[in-house]
Amino acid sequence: MNFHPRIRSLTLLFAVSVLIISCGKKQEVEKTADGKLVVKIGSVAPLTGPQAHLGKDNDNGARMAIDEANERGVTIGGQKVHFVLVSEDDQADPRTATIVAQKLVDAQVKGVVGHLNSGASIPASKIYLDAGIPQISPSATAIKYTDQGFKTAFRTMTNDRQQGMVLGEFAVKKMGAKRVAIIDDRTAYGQGLADEVEKAVKASGGEVVAREYTTDKATDFSAILTGIKGKTPDVVFFGGMDPQGAPMAKQMMSLGLKAKFLGGDGVQTTEFIKLAGSAAGNVTASSPGLPIDSMPGGKSFREKFTAKYGPIQTYAPYAYDAANAMIRAMVQAGSTEPAKVLAEIPKLRFAGVTGEIGFDAKGDVLGGAITLYRVKGGKWEVVEVVQSGAAPTAGK
Amino acid sequence: MDIFLQQIVNGVVLGSIYALIALGYTMVYGILELINFAHGEVTMFGAMVSIAVLHLLLPSGLPLLLIVALAVGGAMLVCMVLGAGIERVAYRPLRQAPRLTALITAIGVSIVLQNVAMLIWGKQYVSFPPVFDVTRYEFAGAAITNIQIAIVVLALVCMAGLLVLVYRTKLGRAMRATAQSPELASLMGINPDRVIATTFMIGAALAAIAGIMVGSYYGLAHYYMGFMLGLKAFTAAVLGGIGNIGGAMLGGLLLGIVESLGAGYIGDLTGGFLGSNYQDVFAFFVLILMLVFRPSGLLGERVGERA
Repeated sequence: MNFHPRIRSLTLLFAVSVLIISCGKKQEVEKTADGKLVVKIGSVAPLTGPQAHLGKDNDNGARMAIDEANERGVTIGGQKVHFVLVSEDDQADPRTATIVAQKLVDAQVKGVVGHLNSGASIPASKIYLDAGIPQISPSATAIKYTDQGFKTAFRTMTNDRQQGMVLGEFAVKKMGAKRVAIIDDRTAYGQGLADEVEKAVKASGGEVVAREYTTDKATDFSAILTGIKGKTPDVVFFGGMDPQGAPMAKQMMSLGLKAKFLGGDGVQTTEFIKLAGSAAGNVTASSPGLPIDSMPGGKSFREKFTAKYGPIQTYAPYAYDAANAMIRAMVQAGSTEPAKVLAEIPKLRFAGVTGEIGFDAKGDVLGGAITLYRVKGGKWEVVEVVQSGAAPTAGK
Repeated sequence: MDIFLQQIVNGVVLGSIYALIALGYTMVYGILELINFAHGEVTMFGAMVSIAVLHLLLPSGLPLLLIVALAVGGAMLVCMVLGAGIERVAYRPLRQAPRLTALITAIGVSIVLQNVAMLIWGKQYVSFPPVFDVTRYEFAGAAITNIQIAIVVLALVCMAGLLVLVYRTKLGRAMRATAQSPELASLMGINPDRVIATTFMIGAALAAIAGIMVGSYYGLAHYYMGFMLGLKAFTAAVLGGIGNIGGAMLGGLLLGIVESLGAGYIGDLTGGFLGSNYQDVFAFFVLILMLVFRPSGLLGERVGERA
């Protein structure tokens, strides 16, 4: 059963590669009517399906950066250029992600802004690596994305390691927790985040009194929570999504477990508040990135963006910064050749909308921010914004 | 000790829900020797319909008790129609067919129902409106909420009612007669088709109640929730002795307690090698043990060949 999709996509890949080879490797140089060199930049996000609103948001963020660059006119290596955004829909699906990634490679894009989901960004990153094309994701947070050691993978969003560190420290230092219980749902996301929280709690001088596991399909946590109750934690951290987090917070209340509930971005959703009901009042959760009003360039960005595309969903500013990073790297390299651009991206330092943009050796954004929220009056309210890691030194 | 007591409380609450659903499996099996794998989905429909009714009526300002009664009544009605409909459409035409055919049909019905629910209510988790405030009582270091007490009491009442129905009424006698021999029962003036349809409806009504309990207890419902619930309840029915009404109740309660204690202590017992995410494994471990060593179940008098 498991075999078929893989074989199908392999066959498809094979067919596509044969097609490319038979088409020949002619590098076409397109020019606009007024003699500008056409430079294609890919943008991938789910443009259909339940996450379409987020996908469109990312796409528009990248589009705005490209349009602005075209308006002011960019010269790369003495040649005037005109940027074209090639948008693709990966449906938030890992398999579709690899197919559209290959499509972009075939369309000879010089760089890709995307994808939106970690689950899509990771499989696609291998294709961009093989093609030697830089990829900057505005929203993938899974540690694995940059941990693969791919020199082509970058992101403008903080990763789950940074988020976990902030959460663990926050639990001990700000919530005053000495004893922390940690539960995760055994998914790549939940487990990854929980492991980082555990490390950070220990590093900050807290004690992890229980480490329990559930699944991403469970709804009954009374047995786990009863065991945890006996260990009298001050904070219970859950690494997982809202369908589990919400009943868990509820069951903590009915068991009389008096610890605070702490979660990551998987529970920092409006859905969570609906599902948890009155138990939501006990909850603190983090989300990577900054609320738009706390971003250095947030206000003017929101005005410009809203006028053009309507209200910002979430990640548009990160996509905007990602596209600008790509353009700046090309200017700095004096070339649109991906290999030369790739060499310049790690050297980038500039003031983006979301803050100082720069990348570390792995491709993670330097000094990204994590925002902590608490539920108040049926809404998430910002408690604190934490800058994670060292802020990059201002450069060029 | 208070942790142990709390785990028993957790287990009894969980077990009462399993027991209610298990009754539906066991009644149908008792009469038709058919494992109605769509029963878990009927439970899911119970939860979904009650949520839909609550969302519809809560803003209307009607008295709360009336709304709850309408939600419960509506869910039971829909499930009873569903149960009888499944029997009529999917099982009755196959009554003379080999047993495996009916079993596969049951799985097919279950998949159809899941997808219908997904089309109606979507793929998202649906939240159960908080109708009653949760009040917590503590005794001997263990906590129990008013909702949990209501679940256990209501389940016991339903079970007692069912026992009275099966052993003290004319309909119950007809059901027992049909279970022994549909042909002979029809010679005595019983319409087996009607009795079988009624059995499905009673099982479905109990499933609807169980579904509402699950929804209100956990605060959410999902189109896929019936699958695991159904499997657990089926295990409970086998544990108690499938076809045996008392056995389903005993099996449900025992399974709930085993799961609760298992999930609560497995981490400590295996030194952290296996964690509480193996909670579901206990139910199926119990199922395998029963099928290997005592296929007729704890209270079953029936011969193993029928299991």
